[in-house]
Amino acid sequence: MTPTAPPHHLPLAEPADRYRAMRLVRGFEEQALDLVREGVIAGGIHPYIGQEAVAVGVCAALRDGDLITSTHRGHGHVLAKGASPHRMLAELAGRVTGLNRGRGGSMHAADFSLGILGANGIVGAGAPIAAGAAWAEARAGRDTVVTAFFGDGALNQGVLLETFNLAAIWRLPVLFVCENNGYATTLPAAGAVAGGAVERARAFGIPAQTVDGMDCEAVLAAAAGAVERARAGDGPSFLECRTYRFEGHHTMERRLKLGYRTAEEVAGWRERDPLPRAAAALDPGEADRIDAGIGQLLADARTFALASPAPDISGACDYLYADGLRPRAGVTL
Amino acid sequence: MTSMTLAKALNESLRHSLESDPKVLMMGEDVGKLGGVFRITDGLQKDFGEERVIDTPLAESGIVGTAIGLALRGYRPVVEIQFDGFVFPAYDQIVTQLAKMHARALGKIKLPVVVRIPYGGGIGAVEHHSESPETLFAHVAGLKVVSPATPSDGYWMLQQAIECDDPVIFFEPKRRYWDKGEVDTAAVPAPLHRANVAREGRDLTLAAYGPMVKVCLEVAKAAEEDGRSLEVLDLRSMSPIDFDGIQASVEKTRRLVVVHEAPVFLGTGAEIAARITERCFYHLEAPVLRVGGFHAPYPPARVEEEYLPGLDRVLDAVDRALAF
Repeated sequence: MTPTAPPHHLPLAEPADRYRAMRLVRGFEEQALDLVREGVIAGGIHPYIGQEAVAVGVCAALRDGDLITSTHRGHGHVLAKGASPHRMLAELAGRVTGLNRGRGGSMHAADFSLGILGANGIVGAGAPIAAGAAWAEARAGRDTVVTAFFGDGALNQGVLLETFNLAAIWRLPVLFVCENNGYATTLPAAGAVAGGAVERARAFGIPAQTVDGMDCEAVLAAAAGAVERARAGDGPSFLECRTYRFEGHHTMERRLKLGYRTAEEVAGWRERDPLPRAAAALDPGEADRIDAGIGQLLADARTFALASPAPDISGACDYLYADGLRPRAGVTL
Repeated sequence: MTSMTLAKALNESLRHSLESDPKVLMMGEDVGKLGGVFRITDGLQKDFGEERVIDTPLAESGIVGTAIGLALRGYRPVVEIQFDGFVFPAYDQIVTQLAKMHARALGKIKLPVVVRIPYGGGIGAVEHHSESPETLFAHVAGLKVVSPATPSDGYWMLQQAIECDDPVIFFEPKRRYWDKGEVDTAAVPAPLHRANVAREGRDLTLAAYGPMVKVCLEVAKAAEEDGRSLEVLDLRSMSPIDFDGIQASVEKTRRLVVVHEAPVFLGTGAEIAARITERCFYHLEAPVLRVGGFHAPYPPARVEEEYLPGLDRVLDAVDRALAF
């Protein structure tokens, strides 16, 4: 029996909602790490732990119908935009009930019905796709805003700079969100990005600012201004969110013992953890109640994912073409 | 029936697509005011406006990426890459995004993007302006790769590519742009991926596509004077490949020579040779032979006639196949 995922809705309007969303992302990732260790999730993941305030703060500034493109470290974006944690976890575990029926995996999860145009295994590759989608929306007379998430590594990809240019000359409703977590895999951004992130965007005439990416409310405030600008037809904006990933670049990192960060550096950033900061602003006891609810939700998601079957190899070449051409049927491939 | 050049047929085809579907857009370098360096989009911006025939900056990766986003939201972008070698900055977007999104989304989204690429040599250009990179795209699951050889196919196949819900890499044989042929704009075209028997014959099949179809027809004519009857198959599509069509021809002629401008090494001919050997082993009187470019960078204009497979090289292969 293939189980059905329960309906899911993730409000982001209130500070308590945003804390809950961050707790969802954090808990989802912690559980995913367990499932990687247990071998349920094959191949590993790029954990988002530490960066939750960015995904939640930005998505809180968006509305239904807005679109996002995401990255290799995309679980937070996908969940904050409202994807079902049940189906997301099933996707990571390679099950037919996953967002992409287990064929996209961690780096290619997408839910077009929610405006999630896809996580992406190629650094920076989602940016021009966001620009194109934004252009299509503007042409259709809709005031949709498209957010392109990317990391500091993408700042050095040519296609991102090409996209800055196209979005600026065509005044596209795009919000460029750079999650500067300090490292492109293991390369420190400090020595890799000449001239600085916001300066690059400004060189294209794009309004740009740096915000504290460990503070969800600060991210929301900055994103809201940029979104308003885009919605009004005034073109793209750029946000550099200074953040940090508490875990490694990838789950493989522990095994490889890559020593590119000091324990002091990691501990220093952990003191700025966005979750306790958000919890402190809530009524006493509220965070604990939220945590318990999320714990139950994620336990259900785990049960759901584990109870779901894997895809059948006989369908490996399905969906290759829209017109249904497939091997050994009609024209041979 | 109207007689027109391949360039004009492609232009008429684009015009028809722009007229019949408001979601069709043209994008590329110099495609608007200039009408394209080969004038394939001549006059289209004037008639359909700057919003639909768009001059883009020189940023192939950004252009194709933007086209993907437009397609995801309901448009049918037709991207012109100015010369074959210029597609490589966009290769990442084509291979990692355009080709894969449909399968990844389990058919819930469509990617109706056409990437038009003038390709091949013979116009006195140089490296990056004369190449035949079709195999590099045909190898990628999710893309359709086609090339017309005649004005009629140029007219029809381009409209079929634009109407197709899958990404199509549309290779235009640039040295044939100025060749004339009959175009019946009221005809019912054959399916996009069906090979076409360009000339019937009994003794050997020459399979080619794009610019080499004309060469093969000349070879067949020359061979006829020696009493040899060659069939010429215009493959039209390099992915998918119409193996049924090739098989039917080879079961009749029992000999096959595959011809393309692209290097022989791991070219389209290699896949065809392997498949036809599997399918027609007991029909074949000779090994499948291949004629194509050298496994070397495309040479400067002065020596490109040495590089391009011409009448002599194809006839030599025909002789070898018939001598088995």
